[in-house]
Amino acid sequence: MTRAWILLAIAAAGLATPALAVSDVTTVTGAGGVTLRSVTVDLPESDREFPGADAAAINNNCLTCHSAGMVLRQPPFPREKWAEIVNKMIQTYKAPIDAADVPAIVDYLAKR
Amino acid sequence: MGHGYRFPMIGRRGFIAGAAALGALPASGGALGALAHETDDTVFTSAFPQKGRMILQRTRPPLLETPFEVFDQGVFTPNDRFFVRWHWAGIPEQVDVASFTLTVHGHVDRPLTLGLAELLAMPRIEYAAVNQCSGNSRSLFTPRVAGAQWRHGAMGNARWVGVPLKAVLDRAGVKAGAVAIRARGLDEPVVPDAPAFAKSLAIDHARDGEVMIAFQMNGEQLPLLNGFPLRLVVPGWYSTYWVKMLCDIEVLASTDDQYWTKVAYRIPDTPHASVTPGETGYAQVPINRMVPRSFITNLVDGARVAAGKPLALRGLAFGGDQGVAAVEVSADGGATWRRANLDRDQGRYSFRQWHLTAAGPATGPVRLMVRCTNTAGEAQPLEANWNPNGFMRNVVETTTLTAA
Repeated sequence: MTRAWILLAIAAAGLATPALAVSDVTTVTGAGGVTLRSVTVDLPESDREFPGADAAAINNNCLTCHSAGMVLRQPPFPREKWAEIVNKMIQTYKAPIDAADVPAIVDYLAKR
Repeated sequence: MGHGYRFPMIGRRGFIAGAAALGALPASGGALGALAHETDDTVFTSAFPQKGRMILQRTRPPLLETPFEVFDQGVFTPNDRFFVRWHWAGIPEQVDVASFTLTVHGHVDRPLTLGLAELLAMPRIEYAAVNQCSGNSRSLFTPRVAGAQWRHGAMGNARWVGVPLKAVLDRAGVKAGAVAIRARGLDEPVVPDAPAFAKSLAIDHARDGEVMIAFQMNGEQLPLLNGFPLRLVVPGWYSTYWVKMLCDIEVLASTDDQYWTKVAYRIPDTPHASVTPGETGYAQVPINRMVPRSFITNLVDGARVAAGKPLALRGLAFGGDQGVAAVEVSADGGATWRRANLDRDQGRYSFRQWHLTAAGPATGPVRLMVRCTNTAGEAQPLEANWNPNGFMRNVVETTTLTAA
């Protein structure tokens, strides 16, 4: 462990990343010098909302589980396909979507 | 469960704002010129930890695609450019190596809780293997299908080091009558009652001695977004089975009937997993082994080349669950094929680089096709497959250039 700590201190001295303060880092070292080092990261959030005057329903219901990007990158689909996808989100993935909002969400997606 | 990890807390993360604020660029024309394989509205990001410049498909949970130019830079995909795909946003942002544990339980004689030090003390295996998303290249399906709109960058090749899953299962003592193992990671759904991600492998597959609990990738620990500290490596099979942040292995005495195995990631039980759009009533099976693919990497669609001058081509191929036997290139729509030179063999499951100097093209459009045949004699088809989930594309790809 001691050698790993010294190597780490040397390695960390050259790092600009504040996420890994040396004193916080623990390591596990195995045969052949393989060392695993604890990791702390900050995953970025998205503040992107679905655009448009008719986007209230989708913004209020759909951003809990996922950001908007992948949805906005989908090709156009007919309304029935979007209805099927929204239904899958509710039934399979347990999305907490207000039933009254479903038609507005499907309309929004189908109109894009 | 005492795994020594922490989940994200709202309000302390950085935010990805609009593309412009990120310094994201459109890839077409301009600065990136002929290497712009992506489309006009491609957004790049360098905002993710332990990751370089990636194509942003979704911020949360992250879907990050490897820019195509990376595949021209070597046979191994650098860890900081390796694609990322998560199903649920409950991804721990901290993993403490001292307290992390892997649990093995279920239909076994001796349930185990192994720390990383114990795993590092076990005999190791090492090999190169391609990790490819089931839906890689989905955006090229015609008619288009729903799902992550990947181009070719939901794949990568790495040298993996770890412990054979078999050794861990043997230590736990699999009981007679076991039929499968089910693997789970630390990631969790963000809404109640939703199905946590888990995947199963048949017990014989799990004990084949090749399936690996990996702790190193290209000589380093795995980036957190690629599964630190442990991920399952199932060589030759699609990455849905390569469970990230592996923390739980359950040995099952009956078939796995949870959602991610029984319902999701299923393919038509037909040649090339292909059906006609609108077709119903066909049998389905869980997606499984990969099939051969190949790419020209030094030239992409729209590139301009010199007419009449020999054309240097290079690229990547892989055989799916077999090695690469041959790579061929056609410049005449598949009427005749020329064999490429295969570069160093990094093993059955690895990418294989190839190169070829093609005859100087005549002025005008040039359509180059590349085809891989694997060591089992399986070649890429000339016709694209289609299925509603956009899985298992492996048609011979065509690169269209202009010679002038």
